[in-house]
Amino acid sequence: MFDWVQQFADWLVYQQFVLSEEEHLAQALNFFFYDSIKILLLLIVVIFFMGIVNSYFPVEKVRNFLSRNKLYGAEYFIASAFGVVTPFCSCSSVPLFIGFVRGGIPLGVTFSFLITSPLVNEVAIGLFIGLFGIKTTIIYVISGVLLGMTAGIILSKFKLERFLTPWVKNVLANSQKESEAFEVEQTPLFQRLPIIWAEVLKILKGVIPYVIIGIAIGGLMHGYIPAGFFEQYMNEDNPFAVPIVTIFAIPMYSNASGILPVVQVLVSKGIPLGTAIAFMMGVVGLSIPEAMLLKKVMSLKLIGIFFGVVTLCIIISGYIFNIIL
Amino acid sequence: MKIIEILGTGCPKCKQTTAVVEKAVEELGLNDVSIEKVEDIMKILEYSVMSTPTVVINGEIKIKGRVPSVTELKELLKQ
Repeated sequence: MFDWVQQFADWLVYQQFVLSEEEHLAQALNFFFYDSIKILLLLIVVIFFMGIVNSYFPVEKVRNFLSRNKLYGAEYFIASAFGVVTPFCSCSSVPLFIGFVRGGIPLGVTFSFLITSPLVNEVAIGLFIGLFGIKTTIIYVISGVLLGMTAGIILSKFKLERFLTPWVKNVLANSQKESEAFEVEQTPLFQRLPIIWAEVLKILKGVIPYVIIGIAIGGLMHGYIPAGFFEQYMNEDNPFAVPIVTIFAIPMYSNASGILPVVQVLVSKGIPLGTAIAFMMGVVGLSIPEAMLLKKVMSLKLIGIFFGVVTLCIIISGYIFNIIL
Repeated sequence: MKIIEILGTGCPKCKQTTAVVEKAVEELGLNDVSIEKVEDIMKILEYSVMSTPTVVINGEIKIKGRVPSVTELKELLKQ
């Protein structure tokens, strides 16, 4: 599908810049142009598609659905799956959390949504397809949903309501089933497209600098680091690799889009994919700014339990990937 | 008199939205408006929105969960 991008990169580097295919610089440049163009195109397609899907399933609709229906355990799956199509901005996490609590949705289910929504988002999916291919992307998405579900179910066992801040407990006591009908979007799809497109451009503008820098660093590493270089440090026999990279990843939120291209090179140089996926989940899924915001609604202890359980689930999925992939 | 409220917890997107609102008001030359940034989470919840930034004009939610464009906002303000 992307052969023509490769041909363009070859033409540009080998014929226009007149560099030999043997040179490190040529390899690095070729990789840089090929990856940048491919990822840019994929990001546009994925963000646009997710924008369309999301315009049919806004978060209010998800909340009302979960609030009104008795789902016999399926609510964890539904909350987690809806998290995939709902874009997540950590600054919305507090109103979102309260909105769910108010609708009488159990805390565990709310957590399922809160975990998957940032973990499996449109930018991560676009980058994943570009860097690791469709198969790995599907595995990532499915495991993201499963991880959200599992962590939500585990968290529900802790009876966490007592760790909410007092005013949230108050909201909880007054919660009710959402009866207000959701105002159905009347605007036809083709009229919404320009708005969705504007969002695509805005998201791209935000991540592109990081992606380009990430690919540039990746390109350099690709050309200069010998294959198998990392194997001696982070191979599958090192049992501590997964937990170490996961914990290391948690504070690195803002540069997720720049880190992914670098990680791809690490994988191509011998780091096991499961270890790499655990790292990326840590980067994308948990962040310190989000924790600071959540302090308004949760006690520090609850945030600690929340992060702890998610970290544990990420580490376990890292090990599982290393075994099955 | 138009009352424009921008609901948001002070994130970058909310600041961008405020800038867009101010620009739209300036370009339309409106004097009869008040722009109010609502950062208090309790007040935001009164509108029962779950995604910010949200733009409220005269008590009615117009834009939810995204940064609007200046043109879009001008259209909304002309109504």
